[in-house]
Amino acid sequence: MSRQGTSPQVKLLQGNEACAEAAIAAGCRFFAGYPISPSSEIAEHMSVLLPRVGGKFIQMEDEIAAMGTILGAAITGMKVMTATSGPGYSLKQENIGYAVMAEIPCVIVDVMRGGPSTGLPTSPAQSDVMQARWGTHGDHPAVALAPASVREVYDETIRAFNIAERFRMPVSVLVDEVIAHMRERVVVPDKASIVLWERPRPTAGPDRYLPYAETPTGVPPMADFGTGYRYHVTGLYHDPRGLPNDTPEIVDSVIRRLVGKIELGIDLIQKYEESGLMDATIGIVAYGSSARSAKAAIRMARTRGIRVGLLRPVTIWPFPERPVRDLATRVKHLIVPEMNLGQLVLEVERVVAGRCPVHRVNQVTGEPIPPNEILHLIMEVA
Amino acid sequence: MFDYEKYLRLEMFPHIWCPGCGDGIVMKSLLRAIDRIGLHKDEICMVSGIGCSSRLPGYVDFNTLHTTHGRPIAFATGVKLAKPSLTVIVITGDGDALAIGGNHFIHAARRNIGMTVLLFNNATYGMTGGQLAPTSPAGTIASTSRYGSIDPPFDACKLAIAAGATYVARATSFHSQQLDRLIEGGIKHKGFALIEVLENCNTYYGRPNKLNLIDLLKWEKDNTVNVKAAERMTPEQLQGKIITGLLHQANRPEYAAEYDKFIARVQS
Repeated sequence: MSRQGTSPQVKLLQGNEACAEAAIAAGCRFFAGYPISPSSEIAEHMSVLLPRVGGKFIQMEDEIAAMGTILGAAITGMKVMTATSGPGYSLKQENIGYAVMAEIPCVIVDVMRGGPSTGLPTSPAQSDVMQARWGTHGDHPAVALAPASVREVYDETIRAFNIAERFRMPVSVLVDEVIAHMRERVVVPDKASIVLWERPRPTAGPDRYLPYAETPTGVPPMADFGTGYRYHVTGLYHDPRGLPNDTPEIVDSVIRRLVGKIELGIDLIQKYEESGLMDATIGIVAYGSSARSAKAAIRMARTRGIRVGLLRPVTIWPFPERPVRDLATRVKHLIVPEMNLGQLVLEVERVVAGRCPVHRVNQVTGEPIPPNEILHLIMEVA
Repeated sequence: MFDYEKYLRLEMFPHIWCPGCGDGIVMKSLLRAIDRIGLHKDEICMVSGIGCSSRLPGYVDFNTLHTTHGRPIAFATGVKLAKPSLTVIVITGDGDALAIGGNHFIHAARRNIGMTVLLFNNATYGMTGGQLAPTSPAGTIASTSRYGSIDPPFDACKLAIAAGATYVARATSFHSQQLDRLIEGGIKHKGFALIEVLENCNTYYGRPNKLNLIDLLKWEKDNTVNVKAAERMTPEQLQGKIITGLLHQANRPEYAAEYDKFIARVQS
């Protein structure tokens, strides 16, 4: 039933559907993809939604092609997205690095499933946390968002476009299979309430345009191909004109600017939720569907009089260093539940640096973490 | 005298190509063809992969995109579909297009998306030091086939025709006037156009195979037969010869134009 005209809309949506709807709301008009479980519904929905709004969907011959194709479309000025899952995310990594180097905005949704290799094609995991950070070769900035509900998939997909455009870089949305296939009641935000950021575009004429100039934000303006701003784009190190250049000074300044631009804009990228931490003696750091298990465990612990709270990174890359460090000074124990053998916990341990003990809950069976598993550990350390 | 400089980024010179390399000959032919058609520089998007010939877009003053190894056709598909008004020209080598990028090559041909693929076939991986290529003739001595290769080579034109390309031509860097015309025809063609150019790498193909630049250019001249001349030749006379010229042309809907019709149908 259509309820257009009465906003906000309430819909029963699957996580993957919410992702596609949000992409359209964010202004995405180009999607290239390749079938892979458990992300295929995103491509399927985009194939329905995009032509209706004059956008373009193309099913490519492979994952690598899909990644390259969205970058080609992005350089003509379009907001672009692709969606995949573990094995496909691995295949895309080289071109994700290209997007970093050439500073091409794009959104990559990775619906995480159990790996390595073909692994568990339809079962959940949080196994691509480190791939999202270090999957492509070389030093590079990385932004990854990890929603924990269907509504948050909607919000974080929009935020992924905003960050990608504003910072001229690839942004990953790491959805785990639980969230991707779960259906929830979603209050879809009113279109007018959605804030969209656009990529910086040149204000001066083509004769003075430098596509890779140093700027106060670290983000140079990006001209659309075919609008009179003829310039060169390459994955090689390049000078402010975009022309290949491997002199040590240029190489050093380019990589430092690429990494530095998200440090300069960290406040626009960082996002986390804190709940029940005011009086907590035990803190849990959890993201995605593991944070839902953690919340259930916290409720059960509190009925037993144990004061536990949650710090939930929504932006997992860059890692929320300050809030985790602050929390480590206020609690006696930290617990990090993950559907992997310990990935984000490595960052927690690095940042906590011995301020308090860090305990792990690792589930790699292809099933979500039962709240009881977390509760047992809470009771053990309390 | 043709004014090449109006199309060049002079600040990028000297170029990286070895003395005697065929890449510069093909680049000049490409610029003459573009000039003959009368395209404005802003209308052209040139996309390349990785390799010696893929450095070409850096030297020319268009919208230029130097992508990852094997992927220029994938990137070009995004450019053409997102902005069909652009004339998209892909600069690629034999390794780039037929080995690591082979999948994109056949699927772009299948879609018949409007782009001109200029395939520089020097039968070697020049930039990395002369390794065996998917186009190297059997018996080739390369840095990864010191005893002579046993691998049969690809025929890029047959591959493109089988995959659905609608303009398929072969030329050599020796016959540069023919190359001008074939490139011009490819760019004007609405659909997926392939122009395979047989050229030479005297540094990395020539040296280990004991062929100098003159030998290689003579090979291009002596071992190729124009498709029209070939029609009058016997199978015996054609033995071992490579046919050049416009080998195949067909009419089939161009993908980006079809997509616009598709959107109109969905929206109506």
